[in-house]
Amino acid sequence: MLLAFLINGISLGSVYAIIALGYTMVYGIAKMLNFAHGDVIMIGGYIAFCSTSYLGLNPILSILCAIAVCTALGITIEKLAYKPLRNATSLAVLITAIGVSYFLQNIALLIWTSNPKSFPNMVSFVPSLKLGTFAISGTAMVTIAACVIIMLVLTFFTERTKMGKAMRAVSEDKGAAELMGINVNRTISLTFAIGSGLAAIAGVLLCSAYPTLMPTTGAMPGIKAFTAAVFGGIGSIPGAMLGGILLGIIEIFAKAYISTQLSDAIVFAVLIIVLIVKPSGLLGKYVQEKV
Amino acid sequence: MKTMKKASRDSFINYGIVIAFFAIFQILAMTGILTNSMAGQLVPICAYIIMAISLNLVVGISGELSLGHAGFMSVGAFTGVVVSTLLQNKIPAEPLRLVVAILAAAVLAAVAGFLIGIPVLRLRGDYLAIVTLAFGEIIKNVLNCLYLGYDKVGFHFSLSDADSLGLSEDGIVILNGPMGALGVKKLSSFLAGIILLLVALFIIQNLVNSQQGRAIMAIRDNRIAAEACGIGITHYKLMAFVTSAAIAGSAGCLYALNFSTVVPKKFDFNTSILILVFVVLGGIGNMRGAMIAAAVLTILPELLRQFADYRMLIYAIVLIAVMIISNNEKAKQFIAGFKKKGGAE
Repeated sequence: MLLAFLINGISLGSVYAIIALGYTMVYGIAKMLNFAHGDVIMIGGYIAFCSTSYLGLNPILSILCAIAVCTALGITIEKLAYKPLRNATSLAVLITAIGVSYFLQNIALLIWTSNPKSFPNMVSFVPSLKLGTFAISGTAMVTIAACVIIMLVLTFFTERTKMGKAMRAVSEDKGAAELMGINVNRTISLTFAIGSGLAAIAGVLLCSAYPTLMPTTGAMPGIKAFTAAVFGGIGSIPGAMLGGILLGIIEIFAKAYISTQLSDAIVFAVLIIVLIVKPSGLLGKYVQEKV
Repeated sequence: MKTMKKASRDSFINYGIVIAFFAIFQILAMTGILTNSMAGQLVPICAYIIMAISLNLVVGISGELSLGHAGFMSVGAFTGVVVSTLLQNKIPAEPLRLVVAILAAAVLAAVAGFLIGIPVLRLRGDYLAIVTLAFGEIIKNVLNCLYLGYDKVGFHFSLSDADSLGLSEDGIVILNGPMGALGVKKLSSFLAGIILLLVALFIIQNLVNSQQGRAIMAIRDNRIAAEACGIGITHYKLMAFVTSAAIAGSAGCLYALNFSTVVPKKFDFNTSILILVFVVLGGIGNMRGAMIAAAVLTILPELLRQFADYRMLIYAIVLIAVMIISNNEKAKQFIAGFKKKGGAE
């Protein structure tokens, strides 16, 4: 029983981790809370749903299709809504992000109506693994594997490639990076593109595990993944990963052993305790203030 | 008026605007020009205006981003409902019962604000925002599975369902978990809303223009310099936060006692955001702007009702457009030039 809950927790946590990566990368580089991220997940879910159900594409193709659309969407949102506000106050950017979030939700409401769609399991081609009486579902395995792969690729990308190094440089000091000949605008666009692409993958995985798809599907996982990013220390990629997985495990255990209805309250309470003990999150850097 | 200080002149203009707003809508309602759905919005408009000015105290004056203000509204709303239900027979006079309920709501919300404020105000910036968001969600979540009943023995709590309360026969269930409070007696009126708004405005404006208010703004503008001048950071931040929570609680009570049913889900993250939008669109730190934004943006969806499906879409686009235009250098210059022409005396 305990092991089953643990696997479930890690699987849910992996989805949170993938979403949290998008939040944390965008925060690290643009210093903004992208509240519309949760809704990009939802759009990703709908695109994957439409391409399998209406166009009859096979799962892999429809996932790629969702990634492509979300990446394009992420870049468009950045160009139209956030770029004009590069030098504005963080509150103005926050409100704009909320506006974008409302916009995406209502567009989805107009196109796909509020009736919940039942999402086909896109990763069912992986059989479940049986170890005696104990079974791990294929969906859980794919989710965890996807999360590990994404983590490894992203770490390699930010540590070793030129674009990744540019990304880190911009997040550390925008002005200095620009002086070194880094194209700041292109780097920020790239970050949004990667974050949104990850959101599409998260959307497919989330809906494969919890198969109801509505225009508000992305909102709650979005808030929780954001919590996970803060939990692990916002701006840090391993932090987002750790925060996401821990959050998933805490949520599943709270549901199993304490109360199903109170699980969200417990998750948020743990977050608050962690932040009070360690105000910059688990793996966040403490920045010394200079006077 | 000329001899008055600018701050107190501003305050009196705000009171004047509120009273004029009351007079106009009262006349419109009496002559029957106001449609029923609009007349039903009058008390919520007052509640939202009070919420907006109370959040403005935290966001604009104290400079802390709070994303969980609806949580205090929720605490106030349900306290108000419980108190007014319990006192139904003891205090027959409705206005007095409303006052008692509002006071109780304000006190309990202030206690909640104090408890939340102590740990939260140690954090800064975006971390503070996320923790207030978390607190708002916790309050919603707990109220969503809280059952509360009352009989001769006293209060009965439960977190599972109404049957497990173990009430005696004459007992009443006041809070019904996710279904909230049912059969609430309507006590709020437009007049009560306006009076509460004037009281809230009086408290906030006097706080802002006092020595304490200047200390709070000094902390907002430069925390380290303020600390070096001997201003107790936590003390003053907590003062702004608790005052704001108490006022939000009273607004929640006013709001709840205007409807026959109140559900905990009403006061969720979206409501917190809605109030933050009022504050930001009205101009951060500007009480008059926040009041006007709250009133206009509460009426706007009603006016857009004929566009039905598209109204939230239009709302979203307006929100993004206003943010981009108000932060555009050219637009700023244009508005500044406009102001200079109009303001030349």
